[in-house]
Amino acid sequence: MTMPAPVLDDTLFALTFALLLLAPLAIAGVALINTGLGRSRSAAQALLGSLTLASIAVLVFALVGVALAGVISPAQFVVHAAGKPWGLSGLGPIFLHGLAAAPPHAQLALLFQCMAVAMLAMIPWGSGADRWRLAAGCASAAILAGILFPLLAHWIWGGGFLAQLGANFALGGGFLDPAGAASVHVLGGLSALALVWIAGPRRGKFPREGLSTAMPGHNAVYVLFGCLLALVGWLAWNAAGAVLWLQAPLATLPITALNTALTAAASLVATLSVTRIRFGKPDASLCANGWLAGLVTSSATAAVASPLQSIFAGAVTGICTPLLVELLELALSIDDPSGAIAVHGVAGLWGLVAAGCFAPQSGQFTAQLLGVTALLGLMLPLIYLLYALLNRVLAFRVDPDGERIGMDLHELGGGAYPEFVIHRDESYR
Amino acid sequence: MKYAGLLVMPAGFFLTLAALVLFPDAARRLAFVLCGLAVIALGLVVAVRGHMPIRGAGRP
Repeated sequence: MTMPAPVLDDTLFALTFALLLLAPLAIAGVALINTGLGRSRSAAQALLGSLTLASIAVLVFALVGVALAGVISPAQFVVHAAGKPWGLSGLGPIFLHGLAAAPPHAQLALLFQCMAVAMLAMIPWGSGADRWRLAAGCASAAILAGILFPLLAHWIWGGGFLAQLGANFALGGGFLDPAGAASVHVLGGLSALALVWIAGPRRGKFPREGLSTAMPGHNAVYVLFGCLLALVGWLAWNAAGAVLWLQAPLATLPITALNTALTAAASLVATLSVTRIRFGKPDASLCANGWLAGLVTSSATAAVASPLQSIFAGAVTGICTPLLVELLELALSIDDPSGAIAVHGVAGLWGLVAAGCFAPQSGQFTAQLLGVTALLGLMLPLIYLLYALLNRVLAFRVDPDGERIGMDLHELGGGAYPEFVIHRDESYR
Repeated sequence: MKYAGLLVMPAGFFLTLAALVLFPDAARRLAFVLCGLAVIALGLVVAVRGHMPIRGAGRP
């Protein structure tokens, strides 16, 4: 079975291409945030890991995953059940065969998905900070880019069963995910959860008695600058996604960009207020988490919501994010240094549900809920299974000595800040 | 227990798929999809409980 490719005129093609060239700024922002939220003794490994994982993810997706995603060729593997076609995966060529002859929309879609997969690979990397080995991170990036992301991308963007919910079951326009809230952020948040479950917490994080040990990020400037950088990338990403996956006309793009900024702003203000009320002073790293969570929510809502709805979605995200970060750490003993589970996973899920509430089509809410069940009910167990198998072959966690001296010295042989003694603790004795 | 939770979760997803096929009307479809989500949430809670580390196990 094949799906017809949408047609882009020259103006939209040029604009979308230019927007996609700005999208890596979002990746750079997330990389800086991940690095700043980790410890100083693992900073070089964190940033090098971000670059490496993104590179491996792009290579694996471009060479292999592209076939399952069905980007270049519209052919797909379809199962017929209950009288309806269910598109399960793409059946395109591997090694980018036929790319030059592919229509312009397919080429832009490939570029978009390469950026998306680079972002996806970095999300769990932040959660595994200070204990996840680089080699295991690379293998994880290959799994995400070669199997999980392509399948999800096909279901959502390539004419798969989630995209066809509208045509087959009269559920609105099918599952809507214009800028990767599901296929990038929720998938990344769920892989972060699976990773944290399998690798376990950092040593000393949860002592036998009392509260968990605070391990604050080592550089708030990296984190907050990363937030600003991410905004630029997100503005471009959301607008490009709206053109590519919703066929949005040019005139709607300024509102999409405005919605992106409003969602992030409302989320930041809400997080700042919550932390101010709870702790007496605003918390910089939680505020950064709130801002980023707002951007993640906007990935789902910016192209379908009104400005007021965007503010509402952002405010809910901003209130829930710091509370959820606290809940995960204090009540559930989940050690997630970058907060990716709450920031990417939960904020993305909320964005998808909110998009279903805001979209005018009948049945859209049910379509969005079906997408959420596919992510939680199918993807999370699958990620966990693949990660557990991978952990048997290539241990995720660094040995205790490596964790004690820091990932920089252990894995790279040198630190990020060689001329400074950051603080005296057991590592330096 | 953690594996039991993860095994329950796909059951919730297939419940929502069954709702699509079995019920043509929107209200019952939505109700069944919400039930599927509840099953997934149940599995998630069991998986989270199963993965909670024993306090002090990671202490150096």
